[in-house]
Amino acid sequence: MLRFFIRRLIVALLVAATVMTLAFVMTRLSGDLAISIAGPNATQADIDAVRKAYGLDRPLLTQFFDWVGRASLGDLGESFFFKRRVSELIGERMPVTLTLGLTGLVIALVVSLPLGILAAVRENTAFDRLVQVVALLGQAMPSFWLGLLLMIIFGLQLGWLPISGTESWQSYIMPGVVLAFSAIPALTRLTRAGMIQAMASDYIRTARAKGLSRASILLKHALRNAAIPVVAIAAVQLGFMLGGSIVIEQVFALHGVGFLAWESIAKNDFPVVQAVVLVLAVIYVGLTMLADLLNAVLDPRLRGA
Amino acid sequence: MTALLEIEKLEVTFGRTAAVRGASLAVAPGETHCLVGESGCGKSVTALSVMNLLVRNARRRAERLAFQGEDLLKLSDSGMARLRGNAMAMIFQEPMTSLNPAYTVGSQMTEVLRRHKRASQRAATDRAADLLARVGITAPGMRLGQFPHQLSGGLRQRVMIAMALMCDPQLLIADEPTTALDVTVQAQILRLLAGLQRDLGLGLLLITHDLGIVARVATRVSVMYAGEVVESAPTAELFANPRHPYTQGLLRCVPVPGKIRRDQPLGAIPGTVPRVGPDFEGCAFRERCDFADETCKHAIPRHHASTAHDFLCRLPA
Repeated sequence: MLRFFIRRLIVALLVAATVMTLAFVMTRLSGDLAISIAGPNATQADIDAVRKAYGLDRPLLTQFFDWVGRASLGDLGESFFFKRRVSELIGERMPVTLTLGLTGLVIALVVSLPLGILAAVRENTAFDRLVQVVALLGQAMPSFWLGLLLMIIFGLQLGWLPISGTESWQSYIMPGVVLAFSAIPALTRLTRAGMIQAMASDYIRTARAKGLSRASILLKHALRNAAIPVVAIAAVQLGFMLGGSIVIEQVFALHGVGFLAWESIAKNDFPVVQAVVLVLAVIYVGLTMLADLLNAVLDPRLRGA
Repeated sequence: MTALLEIEKLEVTFGRTAAVRGASLAVAPGETHCLVGESGCGKSVTALSVMNLLVRNARRRAERLAFQGEDLLKLSDSGMARLRGNAMAMIFQEPMTSLNPAYTVGSQMTEVLRRHKRASQRAATDRAADLLARVGITAPGMRLGQFPHQLSGGLRQRVMIAMALMCDPQLLIADEPTTALDVTVQAQILRLLAGLQRDLGLGLLLITHDLGIVARVATRVSVMYAGEVVESAPTAELFANPRHPYTQGLLRCVPVPGKIRRDQPLGAIPGTVPRVGPDFEGCAFRERCDFADETCKHAIPRHHASTAHDFLCRLPA
C-alpha cells in the first residue's frame, strides 16, 4: 500500500513539473509580455523599463528556474494588475470555485448513480433508452447555453433563484446544475455499463443462489464493483469542473478562480495566469491520486499492486 | 419416502432453442443423484431451473417442480429467495469468479446465515470458521479475513462449499464443481463432497461429465442428451446394463483399468450435440446412433428395464 502510494506520488510530481514548464512556455508564446503590459501608447523607453522591472530582460531559462524555484516554495509572485500577492488572490477566490465544483459533483452523483443503476436494471427497456438519449443531449449541450437557459427560466421568469453573485447558497444551485450537466452523461453511462457487467457476473449468480434480497444484490454486491471506475472518473470530473468553471463563473458572475483566470488572460497578467494553471493542475493531479487511493480502498485486488 | 426434489417434464427454452425438453428426475433425501452428459445437454440449465436462477430470456415450464413437497412454480420471487442458500444451496463450476472480489471470505459467508437465520455477527462468524475447518481449510480465522484473490482455485471452491452449508441445507446442487480445478485438487474436492453428503445426510444433485466420479459417488444416475433424460438407473445397474445407445457410447469412452486392452482404441461418439427447437420430434441422438432407422424420426416411447431403470429408445427392453 505504501509503495503504491509512493509510486503515484512520483508520477504526480512529474506531471506537476511538466505543467509548470507548459504554463511558462505558453504565456511566453502569447507575444512579448513587456509590450502588452506597457500598453498601446508606450514608448520604447517605457517598454524597456517594464522589461527590466519584471525581470523579462533575463535569459528565458533564468526566468524559468527563478519561477519554478519560487513557486515550489509557495511564492507565486505578484499580480501586475491587482498589485497584490498572487497566492492571496487565488486564496480569496478558491472557496467560491471549490464550493461550485463540489456542488456540481454532488448534484452529478445524486442524479447519475440512481439513473445508471435503474437503466442497468431495466436494460433495453424504454426507460433505459430514454436515459441514454438524455445523457447524449446533456453531453451535446454547451454549458454557457444551458446556463443562460436556466437563468431565463428560473431566474427571470419564475424568479426562484438569483442569476448572479455569491450572496447566498442559492446562488450556487444553477451554476452547480450546469456544471453537473457536463459530468452526468459520462457518470451515468459508466454506472450503467458497470452495473450491467456486474449483474451478469458469476458472483452475482452466487449472491442470488444465496437467497440475498434484491437490494443487497444490487447495492451491496453489484454496485460496490460497478462503483470502482465511477469513483475514479468522478474524482477526475471534479478536476474538470474546477478547471472548466471558467465559462460558468463568467456566465453567472461568480468571482472564483475561473473568473480570475479570465480577467488575467484578458489583461495579460502572466504571473496570475501561470499560477492559476499551476494550482488547478496540482489540484487535478491530487484528485487523480485520490481516485487511485479510493480505488485501492474499493478494490482489494489493487492493494498489493 | 417422498422425494426431496421432484422434477417432472421440465421444459426450458431460450427463444427458438429448447435447452431442456421434458426432463424428469427426482432426488431422494440423502441420495447422490448424478446428472451426466456432454456439454450442451441441458444439465446446468436443469439445475439453474430448480434454483430459479435462469437468465432473463429463458422460459421455464414444468408439470411439476417441487422441493420437499412445496410447489416451486407457484412460489414468489421472495419465497424462492427464502429457500435459496437456506434449505437448498448450489455451488458452481467457476470457483475463480463465483466469489465477490470486493468482500472478504468471512463477510460473504456470514451474510447467508444473517439473512436466513437472523444470526448475530459473532454466531455467524463462529459458524463460518467451523465450516471452513470442516471443509479442510487450515487457519480458518485467518482465511475469513482474506479476499478471494488471495486464495487458490481449490481453496475458493472449498469456501463455496462451506458457504453453501452455512444454513444446513437439505439439498445441495453442485454444477461440475471440479471441472475448473487441476486433477489432484479435483479428487480432494470430490472426496470432500462425498464425505459431507454422507455425514450430513444431504441430498446431492451432482452434475458432471466425468463417469469416473459417477461410479464412485452416485446412488443414481440420469443421462441427459439434447435436453432429455434418455436413461435413468441406479448406478450399478447403469454401468452393468446400459440400455440407451448414448449411455453405451459414453461408457465406451471411459478407460476401465483391467478391462481395456492396449491394442483396442478408446471409444468416441462422432459428431456433437445438436441444437433443437421446441417442436423437434423423434430421437435427437439418431444422427449419431449406430442403431437408428426410420422409426427414430417419430415419437419415442419410454421403456422400463426394471422398476428403477428406464430409458428413451425405440429398441425394446
